[in-house]
Amino acid sequence: MNAANFLANILVLGVPFSVALLLAGLGEMFNQRAGVFNLGCEGIMAMGAFLAFLPPYFLGAAMPMGAANLLGIAVAMGAGALLGLLFALVTVTFRAPQGIAGIGLQMLGWGTAGTLFRHYVGGVTGVQGIKSLPIPGLSKIPLLGPILFDHNPLVYLAFLLVPASWYLLFKTPWGLKVRSVGTYPRAADTLGINVRRVRYQALALGGAMAGLAGAYLSLAQAKMFADDLIAGRGFIAVALVYFGRWSPVGIMGGALLFSLAQSFQLSVQVAGIKFPYEFAVMLPYVLVIVVLSLAKKARGAEPSDLGKPFDREQRV
Amino acid sequence: MRPEPIRTLELRGITKRFPGVLACDHIDLSVPEHSVLALVGENGAGKTTLMNILMGLYQPDEGSILLNGREARFRSPNDAFGHGIGMVHQHFMLVPNMTVAENVALGIKEAHRTLSLDMKEVRRRIAEVSERHELPVQPDAYVWQLSVGEQQRVELVKTLCLGARFLILDEPTSALTPQETDELIALLKKMSAELSIIFISHKLNEVKALSDTVSILRRGRVVFRGNTADHSSSDLAALMTGHEVNLPRNECAEGCGEARLQVKDLKVRSDRGFLALDGLSLEVRAGEILGVAGVSGNGQRELADALAGLRRAESGSILLDGQELLNRRPAEVIGSGMGYIPEDRHTEGIVPSFSVKENLVLKDFATRRFSALSFLRLRAIQKNADELRGRFDIRCPSTETQAGSLSGGNIQKVILARELARGPKALVAVYPTRGLDMGAEEFIHKQLLARRKEGAAVLLISEELDEIMNLSDRIAVIYKGRVLKVLPGGTATKQSLGLLMAGVVDE
Amino acid sequence: MNKAFKLAYGAMVALAAAAAAMLVGALVMAAIGADVAKTYATILTEPLKDLFGLTEIVVRAIPLSLIALGVAVAFRSGILNIGAEGQMLMGILASSATAIALPELPKPLLLPLALLAGAAGGALWGSLAGLLKARLGVNEILSTVMLNYVAAQFYTFLLRGPMMDPQELLTGTGTPQTVRLPKAAWLDRLVPGTRLHYGLVIALVLAVAVFLLLWRTTLGFRMRAAGAEAKAARYAGVSVERYLVVAMLLSGAFAGLAGAVEVLGVHRRAIEGISGGYGFTGIVVALFGGLHPAGIVPASAFFGLLLLGADMTQRSASVPANMVLVLQGAIILSIVSARQFMNNPYVQDKATRRLAKLFGKAPPLSPAVAEAACPDPSDVAEPCAAGEPGAAGASAGAAPGAGKGGRA
Repeated sequence: MNAANFLANILVLGVPFSVALLLAGLGEMFNQRAGVFNLGCEGIMAMGAFLAFLPPYFLGAAMPMGAANLLGIAVAMGAGALLGLLFALVTVTFRAPQGIAGIGLQMLGWGTAGTLFRHYVGGVTGVQGIKSLPIPGLSKIPLLGPILFDHNPLVYLAFLLVPASWYLLFKTPWGLKVRSVGTYPRAADTLGINVRRVRYQALALGGAMAGLAGAYLSLAQAKMFADDLIAGRGFIAVALVYFGRWSPVGIMGGALLFSLAQSFQLSVQVAGIKFPYEFAVMLPYVLVIVVLSLAKKARGAEPSDLGKPFDREQRV
Repeated sequence: MRPEPIRTLELRGITKRFPGVLACDHIDLSVPEHSVLALVGENGAGKTTLMNILMGLYQPDEGSILLNGREARFRSPNDAFGHGIGMVHQHFMLVPNMTVAENVALGIKEAHRTLSLDMKEVRRRIAEVSERHELPVQPDAYVWQLSVGEQQRVELVKTLCLGARFLILDEPTSALTPQETDELIALLKKMSAELSIIFISHKLNEVKALSDTVSILRRGRVVFRGNTADHSSSDLAALMTGHEVNLPRNECAEGCGEARLQVKDLKVRSDRGFLALDGLSLEVRAGEILGVAGVSGNGQRELADALAGLRRAESGSILLDGQELLNRRPAEVIGSGMGYIPEDRHTEGIVPSFSVKENLVLKDFATRRFSALSFLRLRAIQKNADELRGRFDIRCPSTETQAGSLSGGNIQKVILARELARGPKALVAVYPTRGLDMGAEEFIHKQLLARRKEGAAVLLISEELDEIMNLSDRIAVIYKGRVLKVLPGGTATKQSLGLLMAGVVDE
Repeated sequence: MNKAFKLAYGAMVALAAAAAAMLVGALVMAAIGADVAKTYATILTEPLKDLFGLTEIVVRAIPLSLIALGVAVAFRSGILNIGAEGQMLMGILASSATAIALPELPKPLLLPLALLAGAAGGALWGSLAGLLKARLGVNEILSTVMLNYVAAQFYTFLLRGPMMDPQELLTGTGTPQTVRLPKAAWLDRLVPGTRLHYGLVIALVLAVAVFLLLWRTTLGFRMRAAGAEAKAARYAGVSVERYLVVAMLLSGAFAGLAGAVEVLGVHRRAIEGISGGYGFTGIVVALFGGLHPAGIVPASAFFGLLLLGADMTQRSASVPANMVLVLQGAIILSIVSARQFMNNPYVQDKATRRLAKLFGKAPPLSPAVAEAACPDPSDVAEPCAAGEPGAAGASAGAAPGAGKGGRA
């Protein structure tokens, strides 16, 4: 396999690999912009992945695949939103420290998904998953075609969510509230904005997107479920938000960067290059650390209230 | 819903309790049409709580609010805005990384459509208010780019855009120079022709200049109510504190010793990157108090940090009794005999979750007195705590109590006790009485004067001109990172200091 | 709050958390159609039925307590070490490698050396995250979690390659494990016929040591100050960055030691799955034990019970062992919620009065905060929380200035 093909291969694989990170990252962006960081993203993704997998697995024979997939996605997003709300209860209402609470949610989500999986499914089985949907015409463009236009619908959706998220965050009243609540909640409070409610909403949205990211992994990417399916992507998504400076475009860039590291690992094996498998697998994680180390403190980009609970009298 | 314009506002019997404390005790207040009421009281008297109730941020436990004679219930700030009440808080409620227009838009609910913001309407309102009241603002500037005075204008514009016919201003002049203060007062006087204003302040000269009526709060109760014109500042001061207030003055201008703390040509960068201190020099002699006056934001923070070893200086020199301290680690600075009373007592001066006795040895725990072979000497630490508690009259249930649960005044006493018991050669005190009531202020001033008598060199950084003028032997005015001039304490007046603080140096 | 009250309070928090967690666990059990009562009964009582079960609880408690002690040291120093899992693996590698490399050394030398190597391996791995935070401000939760994944891959790589038992290569079975470690490196069994080993002694000694370190030494004072309020610690001359790294070195060392103890006392060879999720359970143990050795020791026993019980339910009640993760996650969430909730000054006030009545003591005087009127919210970060009309009735009488010999 020559160099050009090798590179092209990495890119073709890289784009779909970035979707899970992108979706979870965008969701986490809303969380963090509102002032809360949710490390339980990983656990929500696990639950989302499992729940999305269930309908096609059980009902695949009884209803058209497309409907089963949609049902799975809907369930995953619903569960994700609920878990986001649970996290909001713990961190916004009870004002518990967000870091540890996130780890707790991660364990809860991961453990529940694993328990339910072992009980209801047992072994590792595949599903048909979501089929690819090449855009007619465009997908035939040499080199760029397969990279950009020959993917399943969720991939297109994920990338469309980038400008949509930007609009939501910067051009709508809700986005304005979210940004104020994450930077200077007291100011928002004095203007009659219900800080807690906005944070709950943001966490629900973030949770739903994390659930969707999980659904993508089990239905579209791996087309199966296993305990280690998520493999740290939830945590990487949280790091991504910081790296991407809490902006949709930055997060998209970061997601692509990390997914390239992963597709590199796969391409290496396919190309038969002698590189220890485990070190290739390590690459994305090491990359996260490197990226976090190099990211400098951005003035004015960080939601200044990130991580702090909002503390004021309950209002009747 | 266009509410009828507010003509009169009345508070009857407002009571508010917090755990363990009665913040407002059956307060009655009334503001007639188009007049200015000054609400006066010490820190902690309950003024801001009362105003927060009026703004719908808190619910009163008892009592009622009457607008134009009819009872109104404010469940949230939205209700208050709806009735035309607006408040400019002491610490501006502006989101720094949003533009002025966005900040205003945040409050204008009518501009909030489901999927978009009606920024045109927002800008229209801003322009209208700006023009009407002569308050120029730049709608597209980010708040963090604006100066303090500009931000205050934005706050005013914002409040007026939200439809306020009734303005509440909480300590609006705390961050302004005397000249800016005069401008603001003139502006407010003009506005009172159209609006009614409640003006919270503890600066009696401003109260005299602006208000028509004055109500004085002490410990949550109204202790006086009357026309401003009928009373002098000293009458009002006495009513405020309940007793004749005689803050200790620095009476003896004795000849001081040789220069103990010398700062030469200090250059320090601020967090934002520009030079906060641009070649600052000053000198504090043994047995003297040097007051540093200036509007906050002119380098005071960076000066204090550099002296404590907490901030890197680019160049210059800091000498304590001849020993160079520039860019030394904080532990070394502490060890060389520098005492420090920090600006933020709750998070810089104490470890809030540590006990009082642990905080009292926060700087000395590793000395031979309190530790042996790396093990803490618990009995010595206890003894020290008991002794200091008595000497400095620290009010706490026991020395085991978490320091963070004490009142501001007592926390400051813990910090003072710790710093002063070490017998420092030089003492840097940064806004030491900020947010404290007069009793605590009196105590701290007495302590500072006592140290001065003992021969320490005291550097006092403060925003309160009264405090500086009362205590200092000499006064240095800091402006844009340099000492503009040093005046002898006796001859300085508010006028002259005010000019210097604004950067005006006359020949 | 006096000491007795503090203890009662802490116990209340732990119990409330456990109850809430069990509720969540019950929900998941119901979702898989398991008999909730039977499952809990199995988890909590099966292991206690014979001596072997009891010793197995302790066998699990040993690494749990070591990890939890390290986690407590880190958390109290202000650095949230989630990397115990990876640090443990590094400790296993280091101690196994040492034992394999020096088989001729006599026991009094090899055993301590192997243990120290394990601690060093963990310490080194932990210090990476510490340095990243101290020098570059990298969030330690993210870095330690990433390092866990890296360590896991590294572990697998070594066990499948350079460190694999040559026997496995010969016979072609390819099980990723090392050779049986030399007897000189083994931690001997305390009770014959069981797996309980001398690691127990190490754990207990270190529990005492951690207590002394944190509350009786100047080093511990510095670390706690840095963890409680970094700003104030800096102002007091404590180099917060330095102690962050020290804390991670210690924390990693404990986790590494836990790994060494596990491999030298129980398995006597490095295998896959040896860490058994102890790294994460250890964090839960630390939280459950209130980040204090006195709480951690019994908490480790409790979680040892849970882990063993969960293994048993997998066999008897067909509830997957992952259930234990669900419980752990739920426990973390409920502990942090309960603690925060109970730290609310209003709730504390109420609880103080109720407990005082329970113990038959006079209700305490209103806190010194009553000195001045409650600070107004817009100038103070932590305003007093909401009050009910009733609460202040008593204290309004007690009046501001309720100190001894107070002035009016």
